[in-house]
Amino acid sequence: MTSTGPPIQVPPRSGRLRIAIGQGQGRIADRAFQIGVGLAAIAIVLSALGLAFTMLQDGFMAFTTFGPTFIVSTSWNPVTHIFGVLPAIYGTFATSVIALILALPVGIGAAIFLAEIAPRWLADPVAFLIEMLAAIPSVIIGLWGLFVVVPVIRQFEATVGRSLSFIPFFSGPAYGIGLLAAGVILAIMILPILTAVTRDVLRAVPISQREAMLALGATRWETIWRAVLPYGRSGIAGAIILGLGRALGETLAVSMVIGNMYQITPSLFAPATTLASLIATQFREADTELYLSALVAAGFVLFVITMTVNILARLMIWRLTAGEGVH
Amino acid sequence: MSAPTVTGSMSSLTLGRRRHLTDLVMRGLCGVAALGAAAVLLLLLGHVVIQGAPALSLQLLTSLPTPLGVEGGGIAHAVVGSAIMVGLGCLWGIPLGIAAGMFLSEYAGARTGSFVRFTADVLSGVPSIVIGIFAYTIVVAPLSGFSGLAGAFALGLITLPIVARTTEEVMRLVPPELREASLALGVPRWRTILAVVLPTASTGVLTGAILALARVAGETAPLIFTALGNNFFSLDPNRPMASITLTIFQYAIWPYEYLHRQAWAASFLLVLFILIVNVSVRLAARNSGVR
Repeated sequence: MTSTGPPIQVPPRSGRLRIAIGQGQGRIADRAFQIGVGLAAIAIVLSALGLAFTMLQDGFMAFTTFGPTFIVSTSWNPVTHIFGVLPAIYGTFATSVIALILALPVGIGAAIFLAEIAPRWLADPVAFLIEMLAAIPSVIIGLWGLFVVVPVIRQFEATVGRSLSFIPFFSGPAYGIGLLAAGVILAIMILPILTAVTRDVLRAVPISQREAMLALGATRWETIWRAVLPYGRSGIAGAIILGLGRALGETLAVSMVIGNMYQITPSLFAPATTLASLIATQFREADTELYLSALVAAGFVLFVITMTVNILARLMIWRLTAGEGVH
Repeated sequence: MSAPTVTGSMSSLTLGRRRHLTDLVMRGLCGVAALGAAAVLLLLLGHVVIQGAPALSLQLLTSLPTPLGVEGGGIAHAVVGSAIMVGLGCLWGIPLGIAAGMFLSEYAGARTGSFVRFTADVLSGVPSIVIGIFAYTIVVAPLSGFSGLAGAFALGLITLPIVARTTEEVMRLVPPELREASLALGVPRWRTILAVVLPTASTGVLTGAILALARVAGETAPLIFTALGNNFFSLDPNRPMASITLTIFQYAIWPYEYLHRQAWAASFLLVLFILIVNVSVRLAARNSGVR
């Protein structure tokens, strides 16, 4: 970064004095300005640290009361005051994994289409529409999910699922709401980020990589599959983990379609809950200090999980795109 | 990849056909994936418009909720509450974010910069519900009351890291020659930043700020813990406050058909606002040549 440098030698008197004074004032103003914007940056750091600290502090009661059983216990009983978040952790990961499995092929396929195949006049509007999907508020996706997607899923569960009900994943009554519904909704919500990041990663693959493959007589698809995708591998892995981070913390849409049942079941058709959904739906009912502390502690667990996942994703994307000007 | 020989010409012909077919099918599938993903948005928007537009009326926008179960009423309280909380939140979050972005792009050394950048990325990756809990523990609990101000605090905290990072990125794009020219004329550094660098990057900074506003306008989770919601008309940010998103959430779960219609109408209104903001900001950015 440039510095202001040594002061310019200004001849004294003769009207130049004003400039000299101006510079002196400028020096103080410069300092003040730098401190001002520095404080803004400190506000960000303090917020992040404060967030971690206050949640740990408020969840402390639950952590000390239950110890490690808070993480591994499956009971959430406000009456007897025994709290454990394992079912919520299970639901959080189960819905996110379903979402990834559903969104991955679509997102990567879409990114390949946008970066490698489509002409610009088609790629730009399609990319715009996919990007806009990310701008739709969670609560509206939840509303749509509840009234439009869930009935479709219930139909699917009652017909296709019925004939596969000997597999534990597809057993149980067709509620519509449940793990599968939440997974589908989450898949839709992480599709934009998956597509956008993968597309950027593919665009950062050097053109020579493709030319070499094409010159060997490969088809376009072989070029993409054997030369472009492997080159962007770690970036795509980053995109996947970034999508995972999004899915893990998603609250409203999930809480509207998951059914909020506190249980661990292999069946995708069964209602379940996630950490975020648990907190959102039970918060208003928390009438004792320990109950509230347990919810905040659940929030802290969610914070740690998403932070870990996000940091991992950033590291992977940075490693690939460092110095190539891709964010 | 051996070159086809004369003897192998027959098999390489069928092999070539299969490769060609794979190429076609896979490229086609990629196209289906992209168009399918785009179609999801159109499908969702279609439902919101079909369900929401007919239910939208002046009465809905200007009247307050009726007692539960009585048809009619409106969401005026929620529209006003959203406007106040989003407005107040952006009022502190966006300027602070721009200032932090200036620090990152103009002052921060390599080590400080990457540390602050990293924390900003962590903060913007935190689920909004966690931001809500944080706002609850440091604003609501000590003041022992849910309030619109607490909601505004949470929303501002969400805009802060987003705006900081977008501001930094666009200010970095400003060529150093512009700064040097200004400094060489004896203009102090702070004025160089405010009068030369910031205006040059203004379109991008503004784009980032407005997109952050649109983003928090759709937030619900943090408001559950802070603003709580309110069935009455209130302009006082020290009291619990309604918001469009909280209202949609509540009405969707309640078992009344007329409230579902109002939830769709409110969704239509919110989506319309968010899409108009997004589209116009992008068009403006494209016309001015940024991005």
